[in-house]
Amino acid sequence: MTLDFAFLLAGPQAAQLAAGLATTFRLFAGAWLLAVAFAVALAVLRAAPLRPARWLVAAIVEYHRNVPLMVQVLIWYFGVPQMLPTALRIWVNHQDSEFLFALIALALNTGAFMSEDIRSGIRAIPPTQMEAARSLGLRFLPAMWLVILPQALRIAVPPMLNQTLMLFKNTSLAMAIAVGELTYRVREIESETYRTFEIFLLATVIYLTMSFTLMGLGAWFARRFPPLVRA
Amino acid sequence: MLDILAQFGVLFLIGGYPQGPMGGLAGTVILSALSLALAFPLAVGLGIMRTSVQRRWRWPATAWVFTLRGTPLLMIIFWAYFAVPLLVGKQVSPFTTAVCAIVIYESAFLAEVVRAGLQAVTRGQMEAARSTGLTYLQAMRHVLVPQALTSMLPSLVNQFVSVIKATSLAYVIGVPEVTLAAQQVNSMVLTRPMQVFLILAALYFLLCFTLSRLADALERHLTRRRAP
Repeated sequence: MTLDFAFLLAGPQAAQLAAGLATTFRLFAGAWLLAVAFAVALAVLRAAPLRPARWLVAAIVEYHRNVPLMVQVLIWYFGVPQMLPTALRIWVNHQDSEFLFALIALALNTGAFMSEDIRSGIRAIPPTQMEAARSLGLRFLPAMWLVILPQALRIAVPPMLNQTLMLFKNTSLAMAIAVGELTYRVREIESETYRTFEIFLLATVIYLTMSFTLMGLGAWFARRFPPLVRA
Repeated sequence: MLDILAQFGVLFLIGGYPQGPMGGLAGTVILSALSLALAFPLAVGLGIMRTSVQRRWRWPATAWVFTLRGTPLLMIIFWAYFAVPLLVGKQVSPFTTAVCAIVIYESAFLAEVVRAGLQAVTRGQMEAARSTGLTYLQAMRHVLVPQALTSMLPSLVNQFVSVIKATSLAYVIGVPEVTLAAQQVNSMVLTRPMQVFLILAALYFLLCFTLSRLADALERHLTRRRAP
């Protein structure tokens, strides 16, 4: 069997592939930023001295951990528009709603998992740190932001990078709701050209390149910045 | 929501069975359990190779683990869809395709569980086993693996949860399982996708949450037993 990638350049396939890759990265970067913000908010809320807030966060986290991401995507894409008021629904349908809902589903899912990593990080910081910060006159949020989180995040970064890798791989699920990301485009090119082996190989190499970069980053970080307090 | 459950509950639970293949939640459980059972021996082999001091064993296993951990499961499912019929020389069912893909994918993650379990057994165990005259593989089989298995039991249950969640991707190639059943129900009800998919989410949640709690309980039990 000889590999021949020339077919990519003969038609519009190279452009399709590039568009897919661009969408994958937009999805990945957008969802990652939202996920980190969501994760920090959840973790801080869970550490707060407010029982209802802790329960709410626990419920959100358990939902995202025990329901498959594919189902979460389907709920956002098929279910949520039905719940919106008509005017808003029409507006959403005029946007790139597939991309938007995939982005939200991926961000919330990743954020819920990352919040658990941050929570472990926070729990690894001795409680006396919080007490000391509070007794200096800092309120809960400034104490969290200035004293606890910087130390907790240092512990949480390696597992969060692992979640980042999961997020990157999970962007492929967006193809199920017809977002034109890499996997979707690859399937499209496959059905147009029947060069299944070549195009799958190319896509796998692209995914692996990014995955190995993220794994390497995780290993480097853990070596370069070992936890300051014993986890 | 209750009326949907009353009308389509059977479809959710067993799919089109007995007219068609077993599907629905039962299909999901069968697919997950079978995949995990088949992936396990593969993972034990890979885990032992990963802890080997000899590169010729360690490197292929490491390459296998990292390659599969870095590839999206959907890509592996599509690879299997394309390659499995070529390899066996005849048409295979979507179910078989999904089992192949999930076994290969999960073997990499399970191998890491096995490796962690093996590495948690103290070094002295291997040294003691070898000094009584056992070969490396005999020591693995009779001394290290049995101990590692106990300590990795909670992780195994957690891995089962991951496999259950992973099987939801199999619907894209038409495997009869609960996500496909929900899609079918949704195309019949049409007007209430939120309710249909919330029922689907609730089914997965009940299954996975119960198993996660079981894993936690096992973990606590083992920790208590290990404590002096």
